[in-house]
Order: sequence, then structure tokens, then C-alpha cells
Amino acid sequence: MLSSISETTPRATGALRALTNKRARGLHLQGWLFVLPALAAYAAFVLWPIVQVVRYSFYNWDGVAAARWAGLANYGTVFSNNQLLTVIGHAFELILFFSGIPVVLGLATATVMRRFVTGRLSSVARTVLFLPQVIPLVAAGIAWSWMMSTTGAIDEVLNNVGLRSLSRSWLGDFGTALPAVGVIGAWVLLGLCTVLLSAGMSKIDATLYEAAQLDGAGPFREFVSITLPGLRQEISVCVTVTVIAALSAFDIVYISTVGGPGFATMVPGLEIYQLAFLNRQVGLASALAVVLMALVIICILPIQWAARRGDQQ
Amino acid sequence: MIVARRNSLMGTGFLVALMVVTLLPLVSMFTSALFPSGTYPLGISWPAHPHWDNFVKAFQTAQMGTMLQSSIAIVAGVVPVSLLMATLAGFALGHLRVRGGQIAFLLFVLGLTLPYEGIIVPLYYEVRHMGLLGSRWAIILPLIGLFMPFGVYWMRAHFVNAPRELSEAARVDGATTWQLFWRVHVPLARPALTSLGILLSVWTWNQFLLSLVLVESPTNGTMAGSLAAFQGQYGTNIPLLSAGSLLILMPTIMLFIVFQRHFVTALLQGSLKG
Repeated sequence: MLSSISETTPRATGALRALTNKRARGLHLQGWLFVLPALAAYAAFVLWPIVQVVRYSFYNWDGVAAARWAGLANYGTVFSNNQLLTVIGHAFELILFFSGIPVVLGLATATVMRRFVTGRLSSVARTVLFLPQVIPLVAAGIAWSWMMSTTGAIDEVLNNVGLRSLSRSWLGDFGTALPAVGVIGAWVLLGLCTVLLSAGMSKIDATLYEAAQLDGAGPFREFVSITLPGLRQEISVCVTVTVIAALSAFDIVYISTVGGPGFATMVPGLEIYQLAFLNRQVGLASALAVVLMALVIICILPIQWAARRGDQQ
Repeated sequence: MIVARRNSLMGTGFLVALMVVTLLPLVSMFTSALFPSGTYPLGISWPAHPHWDNFVKAFQTAQMGTMLQSSIAIVAGVVPVSLLMATLAGFALGHLRVRGGQIAFLLFVLGLTLPYEGIIVPLYYEVRHMGLLGSRWAIILPLIGLFMPFGVYWMRAHFVNAPRELSEAARVDGATTWQLFWRVHVPLARPALTSLGILLSVWTWNQFLLSLVLVESPTNGTMAGSLAAFQGQYGTNIPLLSAGSLLILMPTIMLFIVFQRHFVTALLQGSLKG
């Protein structure tokens, strides 16, 4: 339509432009044909389910009988029910372990690799530390459940060094179960953060360090003034990835504790699964799912903003 | 000099200690896999008579042959199609720069942060409605959709940097958009495609939630799903469970060691872009 109008412009240049415009439009249409398959798959199995989960969250539904309109009641339950609030709290507690340990320990490890250790040991260490990242989380859960049991390696070590009083079933004890789950997550994510941070460190201009040393800066000063600012982007990536992993933890918890003992390690992902498929409270499960998705975005956006702002400075 | 050497010694010690902690669970799994089936091994100890046959026993009791076939079928169903779709879209959004492409791209990027638990409930009813519950398609189709955000993101990032002069030259020679894509740009994208292919394969192999909710039966699920089912059944038989777990994680570890460089750069770039 538009092209036929512009083609009637009297001037020759106009006609030429119209021709290229027409061609460009054809190309754009073709381009959209290229995007279409991916967009269709994404719409069918991600976007549509997102619309549906929001819709479900406004109903009381057992998955079988007719659904009854519930308005915001399910959200009311999510934000007032003590058990559900505790479950959301657990997700934030896991962030301390899933993000805190890998980022801090990863920074330390990457610094050690850069300053003191020869190339070969560094590359072996990178490979080894990265290993947990490629094995299924289910296997990690099984291996650690066994390690942390009363007959496992951790208690055996404690017993042998005379700390028998400390040994216990780490995943079965109300006080230690959630931190124990957190340690498993930290184990999985440490390698990723270390490799990411040490790759970032190798990109920092070495002359900066030399200049700092000439100015008499110690290792700590060097770390704070050069390494940390230089790694802003890598750190934000580490935090983003690990925060998402913490908030959406499922595999490890399902395998190692199934949320127990009691509700000590219940997390939103597992709660959604149990509410929807065991308790048949589809509406409530969906409301929790919507809250979880919103929480992830609310936690991620400030991190991204901070990283962008820093880049512009 | 002395200080430097002491520091380097301490650094080495720190790294070695960290590696030991990282490997400990796997080593502990390995030694307990060698104890007689049904016994309770203590911590990390080497059995008097290693029972290598536990691996055979685990392979048989877990029907690991069937599980392996199922997982491979799922990977074969998910990965090539995802690669093709992601490459097509990444090419259009990154190289052709279609009008309005930014909006489509933004839509994909939003999906990068999505926890799968967020949509698992409607996904269950959708797949049931399609009559696919319990079949391998119940994992294959949703996973293709779920991989699109990362796949498109990844391929777009590659095509944004693809040389434009090449396309202009091909255009002058009369190449159609399809020829431009298939003959010129896909061959150049091979490294990016390889990395993406490895990542998607491992993620499919390790996918647990979809397998648990949408398939249940371990003979139609992913490896991670089958392993969980195996744990449910033989959870108290530590040696057998350990042997089975090791068998299941062996392929990913081998893939990792063979393609290590690809792997690490892929995950690094992947998360840096993401």
C-alpha cells in the first residue's frame, strides 16, 4: 500500500527511493519470517503459560472441578500465611550461601591464582572447580546427602579430629538443614564465579597494578582500588546468576531434604510443586509462582542498574 | 624473596585445599560405590574387596539402557531444532536488523530470568491438554520454547558482529536472503553454534523439573529425572545409588573434559551476555 503511494511521486529520485523502500520492506517481512519459528515456540511454551499462571492465580481450582473466582484472595494468603512467608524467607536466606560464598570465595581464589600461582596449577584448578557446574544438580544432591549423613565423610572427619560432639545429620537437623542446602549450592556455583572473575581479572590492565605498587599501595589497597572496580561487570553477572539460582532452587532441595525436616528447608519452587500437584491448590500455587517470578525480577533489576551506572562513570 | 615464596606456597595450599573440597563428594561417591550392595560404608574408605560389579548391577536395576536411549532421544529432539530456530531469529535480529526487532528481542531477554517453577503449573495443563503427558514430547516441546531466550540472545550476539561487507558482496552477486543466511553466515557461525549446542545438550540432559512433572516414568524422562526416580527406589542402598549416580554423570563429565575449552568459554560468554 504505502509503496504504491510513494511510487507515484513524480521525481525520479523519489521513484528510486520507493524502489529501495519496497525492497527494504520485503526484506523486513522476510526477516520476520526468520524470527517467527523461535517466537512461536517461545510464545506457546513460555509466554502463554505466563498469561495462564496469572489467570490461574485469581481462581480457586483443584485441577479437576470447575474453578471458582477468588479475586486477590490467593495473593492475600501468600502474603499473610506464616508458612508461605517463611518459605519465601528461606529463598532469601539461600542467597547468602548461593551468592555470598561463591562471590567472596571466588574473588579470593581468582586473586590467589593471579598473584601467586603458576599457570599450570591455575588451569587445573579452574577445570576441577568448574566440574560441579556440569554435573546434574540431582547428582550433586545425592552426593552431598551422603556426605552430610551421620555415616558420611564430614562426620567421619569430625569424629577423627575429636569433635564428635559436633557431628550430626546435617540435613536432618532443624538448625543446620538450610545452611547445609546452601553449602551444596555454593559448591555448585563456586567454580562458575571463580572462572568468571579470574577471566575478568586477566583483562585488567597490568600497568595499573604496577603504577599502584610504585605509589606504595599494599595488596589490600590494590584489591579495593583496582581489582574490584575493574571487575564490576563480572561481579554483577556472578550475583545475577547466583541470585536467580538461589530464588529458584528446586533440584537440590527436592533430592536432599524434600523441604524437611518439617518446613526447615522448604523453598518457593518446591512449595509451588507440592501445592499444585500434591495438595491440588492450583490457584494458590500459581499466586506463589507469580510472586516468585516478580521477586526474581525485583532482585535482578537493581543489580543490573548498578552495573550499568558504574559502566557509564 | 622469602616472603614471595611463602605467599606462593600459601596460595598453592589454598588452591589445593579448595580442589580437595570440590572433589570430595565425587570421591566419596566413588569409594562407596565399591562397597557390597546394601551395606553402609563409613565416610571415605577403600573397601577390602572392591565390588566393581555394582556398576553393572546399577546399570541393570535402573534399566539404564532404556534411560540412556530416552535421554538421547530427548537431546536429539531438542537441540538441533532449538539451534536452527535460535540461529534464524538471531540472524534476523542481529544482522538483518528487522524493523521492530528490538521489541521481539526485549521479549526474549525478559525470558532469561524466568525460573521454570514459575510456569510449570500451566505447562502441565497445557501439555495434558495436548495429550502429550508422559511422552517424550512433553519435555521436548516445552524445552525448545524455554531455550529460546538464551539461544536467540546468544546467536544475536554472534550475528551483531558478523561482517556486513560480506552480506553486501553476496547481495551484489544476487544472493537471496536465504542463501545469504545458509551459504554465507551459518558456516561462519560454527564456533558459536558448537558452544550453544554443547550448553543446550547438557542443560537438557540435566533437566529435572520438567521430567519430574511432565513425564514421571523414568523410561521416558531425562537422565536427571531417571536418577531421581532411582534415588526414590534405592535411596537406602548407598553403594548401588552411588554407582548409578556415577554412571549418569559420567557422560557430562566426559563431554566437559573433551570440549573443555568450548565449555568454559561458552558458559563465560553465556553468562556475561546474560
